Amino acid sequence: MFFWSLVLIAVGIFSSFIYGRSRIKLNSKKQGTKSKSLPNYYAQYVLMWCLFPALIVYFSWAIFQEQIIQNIVISNFEFIEGAVYNEGLLLAEIRNVANNPSFADGKSIEIINAASHYSSLRQISQISFYTSIIIIMLLGALYASQKLKPEFHAQHTIEKYIQYILIFCSSVAIFTTIGIVFSLIFESLRFFAEVSIFEFLFSTEWYPFIPIREGQTAAEGSFGAVPIFAGTFLVMVVAMCVAAPLGLLTAIYLAEYASQRVRKIVKPLLEILAGIPTIVYGFFAFVSVAPFVKAFGQSIGIDASPTSALAAGMVMGVMIIPFISSLSDDVINSVPQSLREASLGIGANKAETIKKVILPAALPGIVGAFLLAISRAIGETMIVVVAAGTAPNLTGNPFENVTTVTVQIVVALIGDQEFDNPRTLSAFALGLVLFVITLFLNIIALQIVKRYRERYE
Amino acid sequence: MNNSIAKEKIVSLRKKRSLEDMRFKYYGFTAMCLSLAVLVFLLYTIFSKGYTAFQKTIVLLEVDYNQEVLKLTPDSSDEDMEKGKFFRVKKQAIENFFPDLSKSDIKLVKKLFSINVDKEIKDYFLDNPEVINTKQQIWVTAHSDVDQLLKGNSRRDVPEDRRKLNDIQLSYVDQLVEENRVKQVFNNFFFTKADSRHPEIAGVAGSFMGSLFTLFTVFILSFPIAIGASVYLEEFAPKNRITELIEVNISNLAAVPSIVFGLLGLGVLLNVFGLPRSTPLVGGSVLALMTLPTIIIACRASLKAVPPSIKEGALAVGATKTQAVFHHVVPLALPGTLTGTIIGLAQALGETAPLIMIGMIAFIPNIPTGLTEPSAALPVQIYLWVESAERGFQEKSAAAIMVILIFLFMMNAIAVFLRNRFERKW
Repeated sequence: MFFWSLVLIAVGIFSSFIYGRSRIKLNSKKQGTKSKSLPNYYAQYVLMWCLFPALIVYFSWAIFQEQIIQNIVISNFEFIEGAVYNEGLLLAEIRNVANNPSFADGKSIEIINAASHYSSLRQISQISFYTSIIIIMLLGALYASQKLKPEFHAQHTIEKYIQYILIFCSSVAIFTTIGIVFSLIFESLRFFAEVSIFEFLFSTEWYPFIPIREGQTAAEGSFGAVPIFAGTFLVMVVAMCVAAPLGLLTAIYLAEYASQRVRKIVKPLLEILAGIPTIVYGFFAFVSVAPFVKAFGQSIGIDASPTSALAAGMVMGVMIIPFISSLSDDVINSVPQSLREASLGIGANKAETIKKVILPAALPGIVGAFLLAISRAIGETMIVVVAAGTAPNLTGNPFENVTTVTVQIVVALIGDQEFDNPRTLSAFALGLVLFVITLFLNIIALQIVKRYRERYE
Repeated sequence: MNNSIAKEKIVSLRKKRSLEDMRFKYYGFTAMCLSLAVLVFLLYTIFSKGYTAFQKTIVLLEVDYNQEVLKLTPDSSDEDMEKGKFFRVKKQAIENFFPDLSKSDIKLVKKLFSINVDKEIKDYFLDNPEVINTKQQIWVTAHSDVDQLLKGNSRRDVPEDRRKLNDIQLSYVDQLVEENRVKQVFNNFFFTKADSRHPEIAGVAGSFMGSLFTLFTVFILSFPIAIGASVYLEEFAPKNRITELIEVNISNLAAVPSIVFGLLGLGVLLNVFGLPRSTPLVGGSVLALMTLPTIIIACRASLKAVPPSIKEGALAVGATKTQAVFHHVVPLALPGTLTGTIIGLAQALGETAPLIMIGMIAFIPNIPTGLTEPSAALPVQIYLWVESAERGFQEKSAAAIMVILIFLFMMNAIAVFLRNRFERKW
């Protein structure tokens, strides 16, 4: 349906363009004056008046059609008294019957009626969709064509419209942020209506199993997220223990010691490391590193879990090595050459220059890079989903199984989603915590790096 | 006397210091080599685990297309042929697979074949209807357990209850190998089929198409919006608080964890707007929002690289600002923006977590044909296979990783090519 409507819109804008162009030529010939702008601008003017109203209709239909139809179908549904209905399942059943008449066998009469109601509503909606698009395009063209007079400054108007479009494009980023913040806060508030915020932030018991249906004999769930935060922290610490020394030393070597040729080869290779999808690292952790960690633990007499924090953290560390090394490389390169020369000039050798002069000078930038890396590690999902555990565990032992914030978000949303159940909503509360922490780390890191840059400019 | 002691001290100190220098350089070198060694080890792991997935095991089966068993006649219409009783032919073929099979052994032998064999027997017949009432030797797909055993991925020296194939089945497989009735050929299913519960007929075609549709959506949404936003911020925006807010916002969005974008997609696109779950349309929209900052940053850099003299020249001969920007600056910056977009798309291709959030993790056994059809995506497919308990899926996941890495490599190669070919140094 929506494909053909796109074709319709394309035909509409093409013909409106041609129409606008020929119309203004005709009009200026009639009046015997030259038009204020080139004919193409008038054509573009008609086109815009044709296109944008049509697009608005198109998107509002695409977004709201299904919901409105469903509401009408449900409100007209002949509920049998005493029977219990699940609205989502009911709708799915009605839709199935409507799309596929062969499913109708053995369904109750209400459902078959509702299905035919549903398909007739869909038909009405389609017809009115096409007619309203055609009408709105004609109206737009009609309005625009009234303005097609030689004394009308089409170019000015078009340029103003272009400005509006550009402003809209740049505000998409703002809308995205607003969308993130509102969806997180809205669902989190629903979560905190059922679970106290203090329990969530300070209690150490995470047992998110609340009976979904009545009569299930699951214990009352408890939502203390401390073990999850602790697990996230542990994995992050392991990752930074791997990535910080390796990344920083690599950056120092590349910036200060390596020849041009080595840099030219190694930098793209590190970029490959940075471009590998995280699920690939997850596979690597699961297949190679986790068995290795388990075997290593056994050899030194520690019983390592197959989903240990160590395996997930080490692989995550490898993932952020290129991140740290490229950021630190930039930072080290922006330390003024004069500092290096002064230090070498009074007789210090290269290592001493780096350790006593360059690193202290670059320290704020390096700290900023580390903070960004930490924020990256906390938000990383796929490695931990595959290689870390799902059971919360409050421990400092990296050989044990831990879980992280991102894992719990995935676990809460991967099965049945019930948006009136705290278990599903807990994903949004955890997401909010994650968002706030990473945002905070980023703002600090960007501030530090910015100040650092200003110092040497 | 004192002089020489001091000299000795200085010499030894210098030696120590230069040793320290060497050591420090060596540390850096080792760190770099370690990082690269991990890269090599990672690629080696993927290759060594995955290359076997490009082969499948097939078994020679003698099928008797008897017209009575099939309930067909040589001049049945095509429609009737479709309805032939091929499962009975298959049953017969398996009963006669080895001479003198007991009833319990028939059950065991049946488990050596893929579930797809029915269809293969049928397809062979429909392609060559003249084989009716003849005995045909057909190569059919073996079960994943046989496949894994012959590839050496599952071990036969573990106790029987921890193996997929028991001792009797093993002896039959050995007999097949001896009689040359089993061989390994190129696995065309891996590239032509969608996901399946049975590893031997699971492929990446479905998730590959899903990823293509998703990337298409990302491109359609993010490319124009990113160009619009960066042109505005770079060329038109007044220097005020709102502009600054937008800029800070973009740089912060670039660092928001991808899973949070998934929550945005779930909370807003699915729950508020009611867009269809598990579809490339929603997945692409979420990934487009996620990659937008990356692309905007790249676009702005390439717009900045166009020298102001070009714009000033246009302005001097009477162009308006809009004309100067859109006729002169943007076309010159286009290769750079395209490069940035491709790199953003490459990032979107490998992203998994947001797609899981919006339900692209559902089991989809057919190949999607449109943007609003439920479909899988390559990285999510890899995740599903990694998590699967079935042994046969592990090699599939590694092979799917190879596919995605080759795809990524090609995209980056195109980006580099564009950069080298079209980017001008001023």
